[in-house]
Amino acid sequence: MTVSYENSKTIFEGIKAAGIRSVSALPETWLGLLLGRIEEDPDMTLVQVAKEEEAIGIAAGAYFAGTPHVLLMQNHGFFGAVNGLVSLAMLYHIPLCMLIAYRGHWGEPYPWHTRGGIVTEGVLRALGIPFEHARDPMKVAKQIREAWTFSQSSLSPVALLLTRDLMED
Amino acid sequence: MERAGCIEMIYPELEDRIVVTIMGACAQELYNLGDRDNFFYLQHAMGLASSIGLGLAMHLPAERVIVLDGDGSVLMNLGTFVTLARYRPRNLIHVVFDNGSLLSTGGFESQTAAGVTDLAAIARGAGIEHVATASTTIEFGEAFLAALECEDLSVIVAKVAAVGPEHYGMDLHLPENAFRFKRWIKTRKRA
Ligand SMILES: Cc1ncc(C[n+]2csc(CCOP(=O)(O)OP(=O)(O)O)c2C)c(N)n1
Repeated sequence: MTVSYENSKTIFEGIKAAGIRSVSALPETWLGLLLGRIEEDPDMTLVQVAKEEEAIGIAAGAYFAGTPHVLLMQNHGFFGAVNGLVSLAMLYHIPLCMLIAYRGHWGEPYPWHTRGGIVTEGVLRALGIPFEHARDPMKVAKQIREAWTFSQSSLSPVALLLTRDLMED
Repeated sequence: MERAGCIEMIYPELEDRIVVTIMGACAQELYNLGDRDNFFYLQHAMGLASSIGLGLAMHLPAERVIVLDGDGSVLMNLGTFVTLARYRPRNLIHVVFDNGSLLSTGGFESQTAAGVTDLAAIARGAGIEHVATASTTIEFGEAFLAALECEDLSVIVAKVAAVGPEHYGMDLHLPENAFRFKRWIKTRKRA
């Protein structure tokens, strides 16, 4: 398995085309090539965090500042950010657009990812966070734009799950 | 020294600056001095005040951002010091009121009450250059003015007594706080 060079580029272009100029992230394998592009782009601000919950606060700050921002994390990082999501974003009606690497699902060879993969959608549903799966590189740019738009109109966190179909070759 | 006195001392400097405060006692003490549209009261999510401050400071380089934090809160997100140090927003002042207590939730001792932990040393060790400590109101006021003048990321750890306001209550819904805070910033940007 290799991380998809082409689709990482497509996602990067989708983020830029959606007008996003700021990204917070905690790196992981599937996000590596994408983060590399963001880091090299002089128009983009990248904030790397030590733990994903920090990014909820940083994203809230970017929102207050009026800068379009997305959060990049792995599903396990999303679990670690739940109180921030509930007690900051949801409580105060702060929109968040999260792109989440959906590890541990169909085709997952690594045992350590599987529990997280199995419960991801259940946790999203329990929190009432709207989500979609991104599988098709032809559609992902539109999905990012729509996720962004919906977060802003609903004043809610939303999640786009970046699946294996999209992220691996 | 008491936190309320510290906040009162710097209150005039908060008038046209972006302020993020933690919950409960600290929020109430600021509110009691006079509620303002440029204040964001983070009423529940422990640890994230400085992360919000970082997001604000990085995206609003022309503004000064002041975070009023607590020991219990910052201990839930010690990684924040590392992230602050790495991005080093020149326009952020992070005040940590260390009362050795989880005051707002019943006054249980916090992890710093034992006296073995040095939050300022943690901030320094994370790589933050300007870290001051204060144990009197005068020292605090001086440290705050120095932080304003130095125009660099600054952390002030203020040792305060574990006392809070006598009454709690704010006439402000939480989403309302977020909406008006955002609008204040937007209006400033236009001006
Ligand atoms: C995740 C989480 N756990 C517990 C609480 C309950 N709680 C509310 S305020 C507080 C203490 C905050 O301590 P500190 O930041 O030191 O501020 P102080 O109240 O002492 O001024 C706690 C534990 C909470 N809000 N969130």
